[in-house]
Amino acid sequence: MTVKLALDHVHKAYGDRVVLDGMTVSVDEHQVVCLIGPSGCGKSTLLRCVDLLDPIDRGTITLDGVDITAKGIDTNAVRRRIGIVFQSYNLFPHMSVLDNVTLGARRAQKRPRREAEEQARELLDRFGLGDKAEEFPNRISGGQNQRAAIVRALMSDPEILLLDEVTSALDPELVGEVLGVIRELAERGLTMVLATHEMGFARDVADRVCFLNEGRVLEEAPPAELFGSPQEERTQQFLARVTEAGRL
Amino acid sequence: MDDPTLTERRPSAVDSVLTGPTGGRSWFQQEGVRAGVIASVSTVVFFGVAAALIVNSPNWPRVRDQFFSWEDFREAWPDVLGGFWVNVVLFFQAMLLIPVVALVIAVMRSLRGPAFFPLRLLSIIYTDVFRGIPLILLILLIGFGVPALDIQGLPNDAAFWGLIALTLSYSAYTAEIYRSGIDAVPESQRSSARSLGLTQFQTLRFALLPQAIRNVVPALMNTVVSLQKDVALIAVLGVVRDATREAQIITNRTFNYTPYLAATVLFLAVSIPLTRYVDWYVARDRARRSQAQV
Repeated sequence: MTVKLALDHVHKAYGDRVVLDGMTVSVDEHQVVCLIGPSGCGKSTLLRCVDLLDPIDRGTITLDGVDITAKGIDTNAVRRRIGIVFQSYNLFPHMSVLDNVTLGARRAQKRPRREAEEQARELLDRFGLGDKAEEFPNRISGGQNQRAAIVRALMSDPEILLLDEVTSALDPELVGEVLGVIRELAERGLTMVLATHEMGFARDVADRVCFLNEGRVLEEAPPAELFGSPQEERTQQFLARVTEAGRL
Repeated sequence: MDDPTLTERRPSAVDSVLTGPTGGRSWFQQEGVRAGVIASVSTVVFFGVAAALIVNSPNWPRVRDQFFSWEDFREAWPDVLGGFWVNVVLFFQAMLLIPVVALVIAVMRSLRGPAFFPLRLLSIIYTDVFRGIPLILLILLIGFGVPALDIQGLPNDAAFWGLIALTLSYSAYTAEIYRSGIDAVPESQRSSARSLGLTQFQTLRFALLPQAIRNVVPALMNTVVSLQKDVALIAVLGVVRDATREAQIITNRTFNYTPYLAATVLFLAVSIPLTRYVDWYVARDRARRSQAQV
């Protein structure tokens, strides 16, 4: 297995608040890694830093062995190799689904509109959005918004997909359709990092689960192991509370 | 609608409370009539008292002759109307220039990263300086100052420099309006645009500005209303024969102030419909937005 993405002792603070405190984690090619942990443990920040949306203070992030936080790196080119999907979908409200999905291809990659739209329609079809291409984001459901956001992130054929609590903003009955899409992508071998509160789904789809606490990985293991016999006390407490809430 | 319970509902105790002892017309209809009567009476009384106060003031006959002379009005009208055309042209020229200059200033201010610091600084200085100078002073300084420099290749026309002064001042305000619109777009929209590999400029151009401008259209339209009147300030340059200046010239000759009234009528004839339109547009825009959120 080759290492696709690796964070090595990454530090990140917003003002006085330390969010990543020596975060070290690596993701192999074709692997699905789930990040779990309490709010504020650094899951979202980790994903934002990997996509170079927030600069890190110290440490290195490597993609295929190349330090992408080094000076002189073409950040826009790196972002095209990495897809990210956010909790609140963030489709552009003034554009149709099709224009949303093709914007990056047309403007950042300078591909001809026809070719981009062809690829977009194919992807939209595959994820059950074929008839929603001309709709605007406020006219379709949250689940459809989130699936469109995933399609948008897939348009540049990313080598790795980051998913930031993509089901947290959805009505419960819409969670399934989005998880279905992610499961399909996992089966096709796409490398993914998911920050998630869906423990059942993490157990199902992940190759490895990392429990994050106070800005670093406290414990990591295959899902059966981590959920079955967590070693650290904090992990046990967290999982006990999640179980109590009926989420596992 | 065959259901008899819907069409032939028997009167109940609640109905008599709602309609009152007179029955027939509803409480709401009666209230509407009453409100209408009160509004009309109070309007007539208010304006009646105000008119009586003015007409009975000790100097009213003199003021009437100096400000409301029909003869002077008719005599001044052609020149003032001709001057008003200058204002209209100036208004449209400024309306073309201001949105463009303001957008450049606003975009400069919205760029992030240390490399763009000089542009951000320039934009801040620009808005601070040109919002800080009273428009009348700016028109005097630029309208007289720049032509006096006699720089080769630059026009020496006072009207041109008046237009530039108007543009500089209004662009500073308009840039701030744009910026407030850009700031109102959620940060997550910027993140998702950047995550697609778009550059800062592309992010602004395709993701943020279309939303930002839509946010501030009402504010921009109010600026248009105020610009329509402020073009009259060009009269201070003296050589530009706009409506106000024409009125001033006639007044200086006849010592009668009615020409100013003629200019006022012309400005009102444009600004009142414009203001009504803006109000209507803003109300419609608000209604559409609240609908879209459902």
